[in-house]
Amino acid sequence: MTDLTRLTAAEVADLVASGGTSAVEVTQAHLDRIAAVDDRVNAFLHVDTEGALAAARAVDERRAAGEELGPLAGVPVAVKDVLTTKGVPTTVGSKILEGWRPPYDSTLVQRLRAAGTVMLGKTNMDEFAMGSSTEYSAYGPTHNPWDLSRIPGGSGGGSAAALAAYEAPLAIGSDTGGSIRQPGAVTGTVGAKPTYGGTSRYGLVAFSSSLDTPGPCARTVLDAALLHQVIGGHDPRDSTSIPQPVPDVVGAAKLGATGDLTGVKLGVVTEFTGEGAEPGVMAAFRESVEALAKLGAEIVEVSCPHFKYALPAYYLIAPSECSSNLARFDGVRFGLRTGDDGNRSLEEVMSLTREAGFGPEVKRRIMIGTYALSSGYYDAYYGQAQKVRTLITRDFTSAFEQVDALISPTTPFVAFPIGARTSDPYQMYLADLFTIPTNLYGGPAISVPCGLSDGLPVGLQIMAPTMADDRMYRVAAALESTVGTFTPPAL
Amino acid sequence: MTTTLPAYDEVVARYEPVIGLETHVELGTNTKMFCGCPTDFGGAPNTRVCPVCLGLPGSLPVANKAAIEATIRIGLALNCSIAEWCRFARKNYFYPDMPKNFQISQYDEPLCVDGYLDVEVNGELVRIGIERVHLEEDTGKTLHVGGATGRIHGATESLVDYNRAGIPLVEIVTKPVPGTGALAPEVARAYVTELRDVIRSLGVSDVRMEEGSLRCDVNTSLNLPGQEWGTRTETKNVNSLRSVERAVRSEMLRQASVLDAGGKITQETRHFHEDSGDTTPGRSKETATDYRYFPEPDLVPLAPDTAWVAELKAALPELPRLHRRRLQKQWGLSDLDMQSVLNAGAVELIEQTVAAGATPAAARKWWLGELSRRANETGVELADVGATPGQVAELQGLVDAGKLNDKLARTVLEGVVAGEGSPTEIMTNRNLEVVSDTGALTAAVDEAIAANPGIADKVRSGKVAAAGALVGAVMKTTRGQADAKTVRELILERLGAQG
Repeated sequence: MTDLTRLTAAEVADLVASGGTSAVEVTQAHLDRIAAVDDRVNAFLHVDTEGALAAARAVDERRAAGEELGPLAGVPVAVKDVLTTKGVPTTVGSKILEGWRPPYDSTLVQRLRAAGTVMLGKTNMDEFAMGSSTEYSAYGPTHNPWDLSRIPGGSGGGSAAALAAYEAPLAIGSDTGGSIRQPGAVTGTVGAKPTYGGTSRYGLVAFSSSLDTPGPCARTVLDAALLHQVIGGHDPRDSTSIPQPVPDVVGAAKLGATGDLTGVKLGVVTEFTGEGAEPGVMAAFRESVEALAKLGAEIVEVSCPHFKYALPAYYLIAPSECSSNLARFDGVRFGLRTGDDGNRSLEEVMSLTREAGFGPEVKRRIMIGTYALSSGYYDAYYGQAQKVRTLITRDFTSAFEQVDALISPTTPFVAFPIGARTSDPYQMYLADLFTIPTNLYGGPAISVPCGLSDGLPVGLQIMAPTMADDRMYRVAAALESTVGTFTPPAL
Repeated sequence: MTTTLPAYDEVVARYEPVIGLETHVELGTNTKMFCGCPTDFGGAPNTRVCPVCLGLPGSLPVANKAAIEATIRIGLALNCSIAEWCRFARKNYFYPDMPKNFQISQYDEPLCVDGYLDVEVNGELVRIGIERVHLEEDTGKTLHVGGATGRIHGATESLVDYNRAGIPLVEIVTKPVPGTGALAPEVARAYVTELRDVIRSLGVSDVRMEEGSLRCDVNTSLNLPGQEWGTRTETKNVNSLRSVERAVRSEMLRQASVLDAGGKITQETRHFHEDSGDTTPGRSKETATDYRYFPEPDLVPLAPDTAWVAELKAALPELPRLHRRRLQKQWGLSDLDMQSVLNAGAVELIEQTVAAGATPAAARKWWLGELSRRANETGVELADVGATPGQVAELQGLVDAGKLNDKLARTVLEGVVAGEGSPTEIMTNRNLEVVSDTGALTAAVDEAIAANPGIADKVRSGKVAAAGALVGAVMKTTRGQADAKTVRELILERLGAQG
């Protein structure tokens, strides 16, 4: 009998639609898999067994009634714990929201439900999406299914690991500086950051409002595109949402899968091919570039001189916005409240709550951001970072006058051992060196598995112009058609 | 306070005041600034809330177009330039009645800038410069329970009601106003009054100070003639037009006494006390507050279409000051008469009564007479006295038709105020109509003549003035429902005397 957990989302959807299996069977198979492996992986913070089975039953009933089902009906999906889910715990990987059950669904989750997907539960993440290893989760690290002693990337390590461990065929992530793409790269899965504004942020617990972008995670490019199609598109509840339809990402993925990239011009970012990346990562990347050339793509080098300022600019803008976004966690209306013994003042209770509820990386960024926005420092820090952001955007626009898409390794290094970089924040921040420029620009980018280095996955990043998300899917699917997908050793 | 304050005349002889006003106006939009919750006043605590105005994690604001339109109209009415491009900004500070611990406001890019409002003080026009008009969200309300003062100090518990959180609030900031001398308190009051009338005429807010939909902070400083402006204080808790005037005056006196004693004015927030009429310092800020303003990343910039702004400008109503001038002329009132109409808050009421068919004189008589007296007695605004302009016009119509005399009309008006119905209904239900059936009247007259033969003889002999006693007798038997003039004519006719 087919192992339902080994199928792609597209295959599961077809099987459910044709009656070859039921949504309940598919869901149960994944719940069983979670029960079997997640004590070692720790991808899930909360498994919603009853909710998932109820949603699956509803899909089966609709099918039995002869109703038309959507392209992903009956497919299980794991949701990063950064998105609100009505009545289902949402912690953002933080103690400060432990036990909070939101009274409302995020737009993405609403769309997932409306599409008939089955939400299995909420996945682990670095607290408030701040981190590149999921080690900053208040609920313990997630382990990389390729090597359980290593990190699965972050902040969305839970979603990526759930895919690599066959606990879910689809997952939702959010990408502020690389939190979808870098976990995708180090777990051998596909992760796409849509154009900023292409997916709704309503119900996404904010880290950095001008950068946060929810997006799809999957094991194949087509699956990511199918999920992107379902969750994307305009949302009137998010002012920054773009009032345009989702580009035809599914069509582009199918076109790319034919393996023909004739007429497509790709730019290798000069600044991202020198120092900074591990030799094994660079080797896998170079081989993939050759493979893309063989598929007919024209490859040129493109210089983006301001990309080297992206990391420092990001570490001013993101903390600044976070220092304000996280102010609401004060113990007054929801979540943790510490020290309210009837004698302490409101201010003391607020302080004690935040002291107890936030972890060290979150506190570090709140302090950096508070400082950067302070009177007298604003121009030198936040203001200057915004100027850098403009320059980086110009680098992208001028690059896209020369090429259709830019390519680079997704992250400079393969999955590192748990604990290896926690003592030095800067070493951790370097994980996002190649992914951050896209966030500052607002365009789409995807990480697709491109090879192995010492038995660990390497990802290739494709960056496209804003609202040209389809382009990156075409290139990613073409690469996938030639290098294949990568399966981790059995758990 | 035990220090003796100097006399006001002496203060203005020695010092020059500079005033400035920051006014907050709650807009009367149907929904809140950034979500779809209703905005109406009242309602059980925390019933008009949603994830957005409660600042729940993940929620996002969406700007209310009606509020933006209202703000632009206020800006245009105050002769401001409207920004072609501007942004909201976050004002960051921790306070429990602010759900997100930041307020979405505007900082260095307000929607409207650089305007003015002309106000009349003692018949002279004073031009008040407007620095900016911007849009922001209101906070919730904190209620401190326990303790004697209702203030946070000594309270055992604090409760927060978020119904008000997120209601659109327009802040109107004047430029500093120097050169008003002794008139500074009156100028301040005249400005807030005129501003209130302008905003009311736009129909964008009910601008009621007592309900907090119009709130005012008053900045005051004093300087010696020819010298730099002094340090200013900001007086809050100024909750009526009268208080605006009193607060400026009180601060001028207090600052003068400090300066006279060789002291320095501390830049601080002070609270006005309605009962004593003086101000006391607010909680002192040990360090200057740093609000860490930055552009609100959850909202796209505002870029009002210039054609739309031009349309809004063209459709602005007449300014209240000009409107009043026009009415005064139409109604044929002297400046003094018009002033009493203004003081009574009766302009619109009279205007509407006239529109409903009454003559200006009659409308003014009712509103400034009977109804003003009643409003004073019960301590309510004239508009809330219980009679509508339509009812007053209807009442006057009944008088004009001879169905009610003045005395009966007053009785009917009492019924209107008591909520008994329309004037016609009350007249009918209470059987108050003037007796116009001459047969019945003649009988009553004959009866009176028969009962008072002595008086009747006097009238017959030419002492017409004596007829008054007979009129009184007839009015008594008809319970006042006869028209006195008709009765008198009838009596003279029956007795063969000439009026």
